[in-house]
Amino acid sequence: MVIEGLVTNVIEVRGVRNQFGAQVVHDRLDLDVRRGEILSIVGGSGTGKSVLLRTIVGLNRPAAGSVRVFGEDLLTLPAARRAQVERRFGVLFQKGALFSSLTVAENVALPLIEHAGLPAAQAAELAALKIALAGLPANAGDKYPSDLSGGMVKRAALARALALDPDILFLDEPTAGLDPIGAAAFDQLILTLRDALGLTVFIVTHDLDTIYTITDRVAVLAQKRVLVNDRLEAVAAIDDAWIREYFHGPRGRAAAGAARPGLAQENP
Amino acid sequence: MSAPAAAAAAAAPGRAEIVALGGMTVLRIAGDWTLAHYLPLAAEVEALRARIDAVERIDIAALGALDTAGARLLHALFGSRRLAALVADGAALPAERRALLRAVGEALEVQEAAVPPRRGSAVGDVLEHVGRTMGIFWRHVVGLAGFIGLTLETALRVLLQPRRWRLTALAANLEKTALDAVPIVALLTFLVGAVVAFLGATVLADFGASIFTVDLVAFSFLREFGVLLTAIIVAGRTASAFTAQIGSMRANEEIDAIRVLGLDAMELLVLPRVAALLLALPMLSFVAMIAGLVGGMLVCMMALDVSPVMFLSRVESNVALRHFLIGIAKAPVFAFLIAVIGCLEGMRVAGSAQSVGEHTTSAVVQSIFIVIVVDAVAALFCMEMGW
Repeated sequence: MVIEGLVTNVIEVRGVRNQFGAQVVHDRLDLDVRRGEILSIVGGSGTGKSVLLRTIVGLNRPAAGSVRVFGEDLLTLPAARRAQVERRFGVLFQKGALFSSLTVAENVALPLIEHAGLPAAQAAELAALKIALAGLPANAGDKYPSDLSGGMVKRAALARALALDPDILFLDEPTAGLDPIGAAAFDQLILTLRDALGLTVFIVTHDLDTIYTITDRVAVLAQKRVLVNDRLEAVAAIDDAWIREYFHGPRGRAAAGAARPGLAQENP
Repeated sequence: MSAPAAAAAAAAPGRAEIVALGGMTVLRIAGDWTLAHYLPLAAEVEALRARIDAVERIDIAALGALDTAGARLLHALFGSRRLAALVADGAALPAERRALLRAVGEALEVQEAAVPPRRGSAVGDVLEHVGRTMGIFWRHVVGLAGFIGLTLETALRVLLQPRRWRLTALAANLEKTALDAVPIVALLTFLVGAVVAFLGATVLADFGASIFTVDLVAFSFLREFGVLLTAIIVAGRTASAFTAQIGSMRANEEIDAIRVLGLDAMELLVLPRVAALLLALPMLSFVAMIAGLVGGMLVCMMALDVSPVMFLSRVESNVALRHFLIGIAKAPVFAFLIAVIGCLEGMRVAGSAQSVGEHTTSAVVQSIFIVIVVDAVAALFCMEMGW
């Protein structure tokens, strides 16, 4: 989707340092996310993938560094202006984070009523559209989150993340806990929505199949920073113990063989 | 041709108009069709829909920004067939716009195919609610009776095998339910004792019988208030704790893990709690009686010039032992009911953290309710028996 000559970074993270007590999670971390791409963040457990996501969307304030989104530094922006920028984010949390006292349709309609100022009837119409776009059956709108299966919760949360037509979609482990068929369908859904809505997608994931089938670029988090941020083939070719283990271990080879038969043979 | 460039060229609210142009009826779409302009656009679409059949050509070249909300309105304006034709015609729109319109069109067709559920009348809803509530109440009563039976059965089985007594769990629960509760129980009953004495001193003074304040405090605390107040405090403090502990284990699938490991949740979790409360509540009730009497004694000393020695000798000569026995005999009954309700509600938790909260509230309400009902029945019984 990236049009030649129009490659612009929608997110620029520069020199970010995150620490909790004495434990430093990120140090001098740089990251670029380009307009219209699907970027996967990978890394071992505890390398701060989710912390990075939370830092960009403003749920976690870094100890140092800057986070520029759409060319504006989120950390120094006045609160009102910052809220406007953050309204262009859609975030899918790992466990969905649907409001349990509201139905799915009410969950999706909430930002439409609160932010777009629509009357309840119009918000409900648009909510029904988002629910259908997320691939849920129409009767799912009247259900409560506790009545949904894991895959449906993810889709309902995606519908809510899409409610305000965001420019950037943040997904935290979107396929974790889904069966392979559900996970593959979710991957395709994200691809379809990216192409149709022109989204930029930022995915934190452990799912090698997701990485091989839908991502444009991969950023590897290790040693408290982004070790490499490039196309999958280039990242997989890098000579680093962790990356070798990750992409060329048994699971990595299987996923690569399934998605891109050429790649697995090039890098035995 | 790119989407951002087009958006910059026409950063104006969306418009739709039907005009006659060169002998043809043309529907012209212009401006930004986005969420920000949704309401005025929806009104415009509603007005134009009646005349849409007369349109021969759709001119969409001046369309600015487009999002899913705008795409939905275009779908509503054109209808599925015209929209499909427009998407199929490659020249009219850039590829990403066509992809968006196609995705929205497909999603809306799925949605239209589903029939919305029928809504009932208000009277019907109320009746349904009443019926459901009665059903729930009945299932509660049956469930409680069943759980009491199950607890007693497990208790009898375990009692015969001292090896299976969980003394560590019992001691831990005893500390939490008895020892940790002593300060609040003592303080609250002390204050109520003082208040009852004040009431007695004020009312009985009119009859010149203020010395009977001593009897009032002693009778009320030994027979009723000591155990009742303690039971209510414990119901609020311990029943809720039992429900929250067992409920969060339930939400975390720990109860299922206990069953799968071939262990008995009743024996492991419920019995130690019931046994601990059975021991704790009589002890706490005794503390409460003493604290209440001390509160009353203090007020008698200050307001009526009745010295503690006189207070105690009057209690000794006027108040029979059976009043204390009637009071303290109720404590194990209350303890059993509170513990069983707390544990049962914990076992009823289903899955979510919200459910834990709901059942905790329910446990407190139920146990306070049942404590007061049982106490009232016991008071009537004792009165009829002349005890």
